[in-house]
Amino acid sequence: MEPVKPHTHDETVTSLNNTDFYKHQLRVALRNCGVINPESIDEYIAFDGYSALARALTEQTPAEIVEIVLKSGLRGRGGAGFPTGRKWQFAADAQNDVKYVACNADEGDPGAFMDRSVLEGDPHSVIEAMVIAGYAVGAHQGYIYVRAEYPIAVERLNIAIRQAKEYGFLGDNIFGTGFAFDLEIRLGAGAFVCGEETALITSIEGNRGEPRPRPPFPAVKGLFGKPTLLNNVETYANIPWILQNGWEKFAAIGTEKSKGTKIFALGGKIRNTGLVEVPIGTTLRTVVEEVGGGCPGGKKFKAAQTGGPSGGCIPAAHIDIPIDYESLSSIGSMMGSGGLIIMDEDNCMVDIARYFLDFTVDESCGKCTPCRIGTKRLCQLLDKITGGSGTMEDVELLEELCAHISNNSLCALGQTAPNPVLSTLRYFRDEYEAHVIDKKCPAGVCKGLLQYGINDKCTGCTACVRVCPTGAISGKVKEKHVIDPAKCIKCNACMEKCRFNAIVKG
Amino acid sequence: MKSIEDLKKIREATLEAVCPREGNAVRVVVGMATCGIAAGARPVLAACEDEVGKRGLSNVTVTQTGCIGVCRLEPIVEVYVPGEEKVTYVKMTEEKARRVVGEHIAGRRIVTELTIGAAE
Repeated sequence: MEPVKPHTHDETVTSLNNTDFYKHQLRVALRNCGVINPESIDEYIAFDGYSALARALTEQTPAEIVEIVLKSGLRGRGGAGFPTGRKWQFAADAQNDVKYVACNADEGDPGAFMDRSVLEGDPHSVIEAMVIAGYAVGAHQGYIYVRAEYPIAVERLNIAIRQAKEYGFLGDNIFGTGFAFDLEIRLGAGAFVCGEETALITSIEGNRGEPRPRPPFPAVKGLFGKPTLLNNVETYANIPWILQNGWEKFAAIGTEKSKGTKIFALGGKIRNTGLVEVPIGTTLRTVVEEVGGGCPGGKKFKAAQTGGPSGGCIPAAHIDIPIDYESLSSIGSMMGSGGLIIMDEDNCMVDIARYFLDFTVDESCGKCTPCRIGTKRLCQLLDKITGGSGTMEDVELLEELCAHISNNSLCALGQTAPNPVLSTLRYFRDEYEAHVIDKKCPAGVCKGLLQYGINDKCTGCTACVRVCPTGAISGKVKEKHVIDPAKCIKCNACMEKCRFNAIVKG
Repeated sequence: MKSIEDLKKIREATLEAVCPREGNAVRVVVGMATCGIAAGARPVLAACEDEVGKRGLSNVTVTQTGCIGVCRLEPIVEVYVPGEEKVTYVKMTEEKARRVVGEHIAGRRIVTELTIGAAE
């Protein structure tokens, strides 16, 4: 792959709308985000807010709304991509005197902030969608499960709910139709597993957030044992737009099987970190090179990580892949909830896998053995490999263990936890082999495998000697210095200090 | 709120303030999502409001908004003037915000060197 052209600044561009960052974007779920004041219901209404609800309640039947959502082709934006309309259909078909609508705002992937941005920037879009959903499936109570670590999102949601009640969009007899719907917030304590739907439901019920087997699915038996429609924040944010503009217009965006747009939190080794929304089917190359502006410092793009701890890596060889649910799973990654972490040549893929496993070890709820113990063992094996004492048998063991964890874990957290290992093994096996056979970390990240040395460019200026915290560097002034590997703690201080590129690591 | 008509009334009453289409009305928004606030958007918003007040500018709305998207360049201030492309000011400080109010909003001259195209 060619290095990305360096960014040239252009003083004639005075508006975000005219930047490369923005040109390829299409804002549907984020239509009001960054435009309106999220704490003003009037501004939301000025941008056609609550008009979809008004029309739904006064002119459309619940069945018609489910039909529109089905036809739009909208799929769950939490990551799995289940058709939203079918979920609504299941919940609508369930026979029960009480049903619930819930919103999953327990965004836990490291580096992901799509849902937070929607809640902070346009909370009414989620509220409006949930009332519509309540009408469509026959529920009168909704819950938004949001993590307490999002104080601004929670504050704005509370303001928005209060305003919606004042205006009569929540409560009894909405728009004079006799339909009643109320909404409450439930705060999560930040456990990653609570983003899993059955664990989330258990947590809303007031119990410790642990998953339970499915089926029964929440649409049949969910919150308090009643049929429950549970969708992600971004999924809901699309609903009012679809009802206002028609399913045809939404279905015209995207690919054959994946309609609409997707929000990504673009982060890592990328120039334009930020929040982007692109039509599904946009290629990874467009997102990385055009929207993202490439890797900083002219470094070479190595891989993109999607789906966080449940996802996988897309290597540079697949950069022209369209970003949609099917294409990404075909290469062993996933759409995920929208975290998109870019990695360049300085990232070690074994270390990345180890990082995500370290996360799942912390976040495994401990209920089932394959996940509780399996992820711990996986992480230990990865520690061994990155520490320099791994063997090829360990790599085989990794693969075997991955299969056991995927096949036997109770919930999606465990089932998908091996994905970062499997996808890096698939595309970067040479890096694993370099760690195990050559005892080298090609990216120079894994400290256990690093050796610092000094080359002939050394002028003997002694700057490194003064900065070294362990006294590992010695030598006479104006002569080449040496590093004692026994004392060196690989802190990189000498490398940062040296003005002559004389410190080498490898 | 009893009918679609009520909704329309609010819509029409607010639209001009949110999305000025004519006249001298100017709308200034400051990105106040977590990313913006962390980068220092609160004092920027306060400076914009204060400077607009000090200069006695009428027809200017200063308000907060959600994430504008370019987290890297926060705090961000955007200025909407009717009939023109919005202008995006990046990496704002209180001083820069006061300058934008003075030169762009009061004087109607875009402060090019503070806009997104000039960043970095």
